[in-house]
Amino acid sequence: MSAKTSPARDYILFAVFAVAVLTMPIWLAPIGAGYPDLLQKFAIFGLFATGFNILFGLTGYLSFGHAAFLGVGSYTAVWTFKLLGMNPVPAAIMAIIASGIFALGIGYVSLRRSGIYFSILTLAFAQMSYNLAYSVLTPITNGETGLRVLRSDPRLFDGKGAEQGPLIANLFGIDMTGWGGFYFCAVILLIGFFIAQRIFRSPFGIMLRAVKTNQNRMTYTGLNPRPYTLAAFVISGMYAGLAGALMCITDPLAGAERMQWTASGEVVLMTILGGAGTLLGPIFGAALIKYFENIFSAFNEQTLHEIFSFLPDFIEGPVISVAGLFVGEGWHLTLGVLFMLIVIFLPGGIMEGVSRIGKLFKRSSGKSEPNRATAPAE
Amino acid sequence: MDVIILQLLNGLDKGGAYALIALGLTLIFGTLGVVNFAHGALFMLGAFCAVTFNKLLSLEIVTTDPTKTTAWGTPLEIRTPYIEAYLGDFGHWVLNYSVPFSILLAIPVMLLFGFIMERGLIKHFYNRAHADQILVTFGLAIVLQEIIKSIFGANPIPQAAPDAVRGAADIGAALGMDPGVIVYPYWRMVYLAFAGAVVAAVFAFLQFTTFGMVVRAGMADRHTVGLLGINIERRFTIVFAIAAVVAGLAGVMYTPILPPDYHMGMDFLVLSFVVVVVGGMGSLPGAVAAGFLLGILQSFASMNEIKAILPGIDQIIIYLVAVVILLVRPRGLMGRKGVMEN
Repeated sequence: MSAKTSPARDYILFAVFAVAVLTMPIWLAPIGAGYPDLLQKFAIFGLFATGFNILFGLTGYLSFGHAAFLGVGSYTAVWTFKLLGMNPVPAAIMAIIASGIFALGIGYVSLRRSGIYFSILTLAFAQMSYNLAYSVLTPITNGETGLRVLRSDPRLFDGKGAEQGPLIANLFGIDMTGWGGFYFCAVILLIGFFIAQRIFRSPFGIMLRAVKTNQNRMTYTGLNPRPYTLAAFVISGMYAGLAGALMCITDPLAGAERMQWTASGEVVLMTILGGAGTLLGPIFGAALIKYFENIFSAFNEQTLHEIFSFLPDFIEGPVISVAGLFVGEGWHLTLGVLFMLIVIFLPGGIMEGVSRIGKLFKRSSGKSEPNRATAPAE
Repeated sequence: MDVIILQLLNGLDKGGAYALIALGLTLIFGTLGVVNFAHGALFMLGAFCAVTFNKLLSLEIVTTDPTKTTAWGTPLEIRTPYIEAYLGDFGHWVLNYSVPFSILLAIPVMLLFGFIMERGLIKHFYNRAHADQILVTFGLAIVLQEIIKSIFGANPIPQAAPDAVRGAADIGAALGMDPGVIVYPYWRMVYLAFAGAVVAAVFAFLQFTTFGMVVRAGMADRHTVGLLGINIERRFTIVFAIAAVVAGLAGVMYTPILPPDYHMGMDFLVLSFVVVVVGGMGSLPGAVAAGFLLGILQSFASMNEIKAILPGIDQIIIYLVAVVILLVRPRGLMGRKGVMEN
């Protein structure tokens, strides 16, 4: 992978990616994904996974608590709305700062351990935040009801006219719902992607890869890995916080359930599915999961009947009852099965699958490069 | 004084469940070197063995009694479970004791499941990174959870304890204190005794049988045991199945305390992992001790007096303990020096 990168290639990749993201409404329309709510999710979770990948993909540290940063970002964004007004820019900036500080604290403690202990420490911190958000911090988080913007909030910088307007984020007159919201998220995703790309190619990124490859050897050469891993942790926490803020920008409601550890598991899954350690993989993974979530959970018996109507009746019955388990409410089952299949058969994710297929065609040219994307995380 | 005794008792039954799950987790980690995130799901499967058993027993036969009519004029329908219809009082007695009897169903089911899981999935992950093991078992846990959800629905299904041990004992009165101060449900005592018995059985098995000796040797140095010509992998399969049974039994007996629902496994899993870490990775006594310790700590933290000083402490105490332990004594309370210490 690193053998065939050059600045020019990177810019081309970025340009292609930017065009692809911005034209998503057009080329995703035929498969039923061309509407703003879903595309917003693609962009938001793509950003979340990109950030997670900076930590997990580069350093190999598996955090099971990234949802906590998502939650912190969300709450900060809503509070910024409440206090300063419905402009998304300060909300996003405040969310980045808050989640960065939060990540600094948690990372400073958690990174004293590696491997499975690190996973458990991050999980413990995330569960603590989640439990606290539900119980004692209710004055700040509004507990189970979720935090939302109220008409009675000060909103200092909103003009007089905005007082009667709807309570949705608003970028200098553009409402952050629907297509406006999507393009805002998409632009942020592109900025995030660009920064991630720079990090991947920078000496800093190479240091992070060194942590993953062999931390002992790195220490022996006189380098202290801790500052690098901490920086990576904080950066990925900021990405998560920004993603959380975007969720609230498109829909100004923050709930504690997005901090639960299953949410952390989801972003791990997205990253693994797409391919940890690759630039595009996590974004693919996020989009794929959100797409299937959307499509599969909308299925019901009726749609299944239509799909399998070509089968003879005595086969159709059982097929539908089995398939029925995997769609609608049971969409998580599909997710779990997918998760297992990917980890078992394709640890490098989709990107590895793509490169394997690519290699099949290139085999005649001779050179094979063994290049497993996920090396052990110890 | 009485408050302290009450909280100790309250912590014990939850601690018992933590200890049993953590015991299985540690057994698997110590022998196979695998981090099993699906262990909570095994606990849940055990609980649903009890539910299934109860459902099977309460399949009903409907007879009509022509001599009586309902308010609508139709003959009165009498529903009796088959087992009562055919076996009479004995059937009624079995139905009443359905939770303890579910153990008979849970043991073979969990053994079989553990065996299949190890041979079919875990075996292939011995030499992969811990991260991969975590991920694949996490996926499995989701799958199991969703299957249970699609069969039994999302709502908790309460299971009744047998009549004989329903209600609560007034321990305070027995100890010479005022009556009604320390009241403790009988079933929790049963659970505590049961947890103690299972722990003792597992330890005895490892300590006093040849099989157990080989397993302990394998935990200490797997490679050398293999060199001695012992097929350690086969033993480990059995160990995995045993760990699954222990988790399953913990789940079966816990059903009258907490009505089982599909995500109970996940709730317990996170805590059990914390317990394992606090006790020390790979230390069986550590897992049991930490299980009870954290159970008790949790119940103390939920006292109103403590919550008044430190609000929210009951929600985070276990995690807080884990964080402190991991930072100051990474091998846990009783972990061996050098095992998974960094």
